[in-house]
Amino acid sequence: MANPMKIRATAKEGVTEVRILMTHEMETGRRKDEAGNLVPAWYITDVTVMHGQRTVLQGQFGTSVSKNPYLVFRFKGGKPGEKIAVKWLDNHGESRLDETEIVE
Amino acid sequence: MDRERRKALKTGGSIALLGLFASLGLAHPAFAGAAKKSIFEAKSLDELLDAMGVGLPENSDFIQLTAPEIAENGAFVPVTITSRLPRTEQITILVEKNPSTLTANFILPEGTEGFITTRIKMGQTDNVVVLVKADGKFYRASREVKVTLGGCG
Repeated sequence: MANPMKIRATAKEGVTEVRILMTHEMETGRRKDEAGNLVPAWYITDVTVMHGQRTVLQGQFGTSVSKNPYLVFRFKGGKPGEKIAVKWLDNHGESRLDETEIVE
Repeated sequence: MDRERRKALKTGGSIALLGLFASLGLAHPAFAGAAKKSIFEAKSLDELLDAMGVGLPENSDFIQLTAPEIAENGAFVPVTITSRLPRTEQITILVEKNPSTLTANFILPEGTEGFITTRIKMGQTDNVVVLVKADGKFYRASREVKVTLGGCG
């Protein structure tokens, strides 16, 4: 099971800013381990952020997003107490869903 | 009864079709066809533009690309993109000489601002290029980042 994400969503003047820190190795498939063997590619391919039932961001990642991907974006609307859900999917088919409440 | 059966067949059929579309990548809103796979396989800006089916977009002063002038560690290069183009609907980040050119692609539904901050890997001193789709048309901005230690290993 993948480690949880850190998500913070802050509403200010009608705009919600969402900060996400995912925990993922983001292996490119080009790195060699100590024995000289290539470490297979293992990376997040898709990220979806929902505000309630509404999709507010969709992302597709390649291998060159940094380890433990960090993301900040903003959308109009969102009130304290409302839910933000972030889901990612990696190339191994593993996924992770975390939620947070918007704060002021 | 016959009608119920027909309805069930129809519903089942369309669900199966939807699944097929999703597995082929056809359901993706940004790039039609099986392009989703190929855009990430592109090895250069030209190949990527080909895969996306667009020509070289013109530079736009309405796109602000913030990245460090010198990145000591190519494994963590912070980039921020702010688009003041009306109806910004997509932000695509790429690094020209990286083994896989396309870094990330973001779809911004209506109501989401033209703003993204993230961290990317860079193999060497190179251009970070941003493509922004606004009101159906692509625009471009780029910035050179000098990399002291490559981060694509």
